[in-house]
Amino acid sequence: MNVWIAVIVTGLGCYALKFGGLVMPQRILDDPRVRRFTELVPVALLTALIAVQTLAADGPSLELDAPRLAGLGAAVGALLLRAPFLVVLAVAAAVAAGLRLAGL
Amino acid sequence: MRDGLGVGLAVGVSGFAYGAAAVTAGLSAAQACMLSLLAFTGASQFALAGVVGGGGGLVAGTLGAVLLGGRNALYGLRLADVLRVRGVRRVLTAHVVIDETTAVATAQPDRASARTGFFTTGLTLYATWNATTLLGALGAARLGDPERYGLDVLGPAVFLALLWPRLTAGRAEARVAAAAAVIAIAATPLLPSGVPVMLAATATLAGFLPTRRRRAEDPQDPQDPADTPDTGGTGGTRGTEAGGGS
Repeated sequence: MNVWIAVIVTGLGCYALKFGGLVMPQRILDDPRVRRFTELVPVALLTALIAVQTLAADGPSLELDAPRLAGLGAAVGALLLRAPFLVVLAVAAAVAAGLRLAGL
Repeated sequence: MRDGLGVGLAVGVSGFAYGAAAVTAGLSAAQACMLSLLAFTGASQFALAGVVGGGGGLVAGTLGAVLLGGRNALYGLRLADVLRVRGVRRVLTAHVVIDETTAVATAQPDRASARTGFFTTGLTLYATWNATTLLGALGAARLGDPERYGLDVLGPAVFLALLWPRLTAGRAEARVAAAAAVIAIAATPLLPSGVPVMLAATATLAGFLPTRRRRAEDPQDPQDPADTPDTGGTGGTRGTEAGGGS
């Protein structure tokens, strides 16, 4: 698949979901399982994305990149301290960049 | 109002990060900007960029990115009654039903300020996100190696910050997250990039493990996820992997 097609299909698909939510009858949320499912799917996807993007090397293999792991660890620390979104990102990038600068 | 500004600034910076990350991953600046204009939901955009960067399956990557946007449908369901928009306005309004606008709208004490907050945030963010995407995409080429600035950790950090409040919401969430991580990591060396994240969506089943209450209420329900213990769910996923890999 061409990257342009992926871009356009992703865009249209994301829009369709937003629109679908607005026009859907409210009562489908009455089923607690539907509601639960819609709450839990993002949890699974976000966690998988974190795991893959943190550990994936170029190509289909895993690597432990110390600065990247440390950066993510720093983000966890910032979140535990209830830092705002921006600070979390800044801390993560700064730690990873700092460790690379130090030659790790 | 100050909330709105803080959110706007945060989104501006992550728009810049997204633009840079997308171009680093191999999207053209035009593709990065088109995605911001059309999709306008950061997590999905970062996810697709990640798959392109990993040189992986675009079909699975696209599906994963779209699925990730599924939470916006839930926001729409929640907001429909607050916004009460019809016709063309609804078509336009739908596009700005995202994490940030929902957060602002649901934090307001009454419907009028919820609507004001929603539309102000939505318009501001749409302008900011697209402008900073362009800047990030154009700037990335001049930055050189993005890893030097730790930009490769921004994607995971964005996802982590989005995940955090959900993760701390309950035990089922933690169980789903753990299962998803295991599936995604186990599948990564075996399958094209993008596919492991899709597969990990099946970890959602771990959130439907039996609770004492439900088991007592409907023990014979064939659809009851009580019939799908955690290990069974993971085993089933492995089976799917083998099928998908062939």
